[in-house]
Amino acid sequence: MGILIDGNTRVLVQGITGVQGSLHTQFMLSYGTKIVAGVSPGKGGQMVQNIPVFNTVKEAKKKYLPNTSILFVPAQFAAKATREAIDSGIKIIVIITEHIPIRDTIQIIAHASQNDAIVIGPNSPGIINPKSCKLGIMPGHIFKLGNVGLISRSGTLTYEIAYGLTQKNLGQSTCVGIGGDPITGISYIDCLKLFRDDTQTKAIVLIGEIGGNLEEKTADFLKNNSYSKPIVAYIAGRTAPAEKRMGHAGAIIMGRTGTAEHKIKAFNDVGIQTAEKPGDIAKLLRQIIDK
Amino acid sequence: MKLYEYEAKYILTKYGILVPKGVLVNDHILQNKSVNELKLPFAIKSQILVSGRLKAGGILFSNSIKQTKECLQKLLGSKIKNEIVDRVLIEEKINFIKELYFGIAIDRNQQSYVSIASEMGGIDIEQTSIDFPKKIIKLTINPKKGLQFSDAKKICTKLGYAGISLKSLANILVKLFQIVEDYDIELVEINPLVETTNGNFVALDSRIIIDDNALYRHSEYRKKSFELGRELGSIEIEAKKVGLVYLKLDGEIGIIGNGAGLVLATLDIVTYYGGKPANFLDLGGGASVEQITLSMKIVLNDIQVKVLFVNILGGLTRCDDVANAIIATITETKVTTPVIVRLLGTNEEQGRKILIENAVEVFNNMEDAAIRAIEISRKQN
Repeated sequence: MGILIDGNTRVLVQGITGVQGSLHTQFMLSYGTKIVAGVSPGKGGQMVQNIPVFNTVKEAKKKYLPNTSILFVPAQFAAKATREAIDSGIKIIVIITEHIPIRDTIQIIAHASQNDAIVIGPNSPGIINPKSCKLGIMPGHIFKLGNVGLISRSGTLTYEIAYGLTQKNLGQSTCVGIGGDPITGISYIDCLKLFRDDTQTKAIVLIGEIGGNLEEKTADFLKNNSYSKPIVAYIAGRTAPAEKRMGHAGAIIMGRTGTAEHKIKAFNDVGIQTAEKPGDIAKLLRQIIDK
Repeated sequence: MKLYEYEAKYILTKYGILVPKGVLVNDHILQNKSVNELKLPFAIKSQILVSGRLKAGGILFSNSIKQTKECLQKLLGSKIKNEIVDRVLIEEKINFIKELYFGIAIDRNQQSYVSIASEMGGIDIEQTSIDFPKKIIKLTINPKKGLQFSDAKKICTKLGYAGISLKSLANILVKLFQIVEDYDIELVEINPLVETTNGNFVALDSRIIIDDNALYRHSEYRKKSFELGRELGSIEIEAKKVGLVYLKLDGEIGIIGNGAGLVLATLDIVTYYGGKPANFLDLGGGASVEQITLSMKIVLNDIQVKVLFVNILGGLTRCDDVANAIIATITETKVTTPVIVRLLGTNEEQGRKILIENAVEVFNNMEDAAIRAIEISRKQN
């Protein structure tokens, strides 16, 4: 089980002929991910890692029936590529690309929700169900199959924490990198809902960082909804210098949120334990699981 | 990219939004002849990129040219909210009967833009939003439709306007959204937007932030974003040019990592064990040899740095590339500052081997590496 993807997920790689696209196609294939086709406009007819390349998503869709796409397309073309995937009926789109203009992201996400498609990212390391499907750029060998669901908006910090869990023999059901941009598709709350219904997931690790108010909103959700599975959180940036702020709009929209203390307090107020450092997450989880 | 007030106002005027008549000066002798065309009294405004200038003494008022020169003498070269003032905007002082607030920003939760308006604008707007939340009119903008004139009219009606004033106010709001779209703006704010005695609406102050990721679509601003003194010092600009994010702090443990969250966690853990980070440096995704070399040079150039802690988790970034770049940089610069490396992820075995062969200490675990870095920094004392 796990959420969103599994061993039968049929994957399309958009931007498969690029350096990162072809390299990570190789890594994903050797992990066992079922990649069925790739797309690179103007490069149709080629083969990359023995995977057929098409000019358009539509052609690839018709011939190989992918249901999920992963994007390695450069930022300037990412919005167009995502739109193409949505319009061709792909229902889950993982955007690895970073530095996409926010105006483009807003349009992508509006278009996705209108068409019932799920966007993971942008600026996401991807999503992995250990042993069955790796859809991203994360190093596969640091993950281990198990019962912990992990949600994070930081890329490399996700690896750090997953590695720590694996070292302590706490395997994972699914690890989702929701993406580090101010606006992303799938949210902490969406993932929590999916994990709630997943029988394999017994506990959840939520990794946040300073800035924005996504963590506070998630705490609000947990206050207003019963959630039976235990959650442990970690917030990076306790010692970061305060950013010089400009304008008042941020404060008007979000109030006095954003600092590590504020986020930690929001979590603690709804009974979620927060780890002081990444290495302590496994310890906290053990205490909860062994109880 | 944050724009100065005068730059923001330049954009507003292009869209027909009124601003006070003004002149930008960067010397206190007042050689700029066009000042003579302005009508006294003046508002003399330091051009810096943080909010709260008035309360910090960055805005002065004058009734004569002599007084203006004194104000300039006071402001130019001074430090306000930690920024050095190198340009000042001299404007005609405007008499008004009401201060409004207009803004459009990104709303992370609604995954779209939000327009914000208030009939209680001015420097206390943030407090107003807490004390009188009903005085703040927010509307999430539908990404597919944009901000319609009818929406803008509804908002301005709630502000208590009708007739011609309503129309011209709504027009300003619609234009603001047009600016947002045309310039890829993350934040545009007019505060205050004042209603003058003769019924005009004038933008007394304005803030604009352009999305850094969209600067490739706005080349003139892209060029300006690398100007010295805008937001960053010269080292930060060098870093930014090759896609690094560098922030100087005042400790002695130099820190380089890949990914903002990981670098934040590295700062946290060094502090947790009693060390003091010298900087924040994020290589970003898929760091190249060139980026690693430059980042090491930047951090090692800081004379306060007693030890360098490189924390890499390979995803896009490959550990063997990182190791090779580290060794090449050490060899090239003949640096004697100890370097501690933590490597994990893509091609970690090869990376570790390269470092060990070249006698660089390498760790699997972040905490172990942090503890070791602190230990070494103490020995250097």
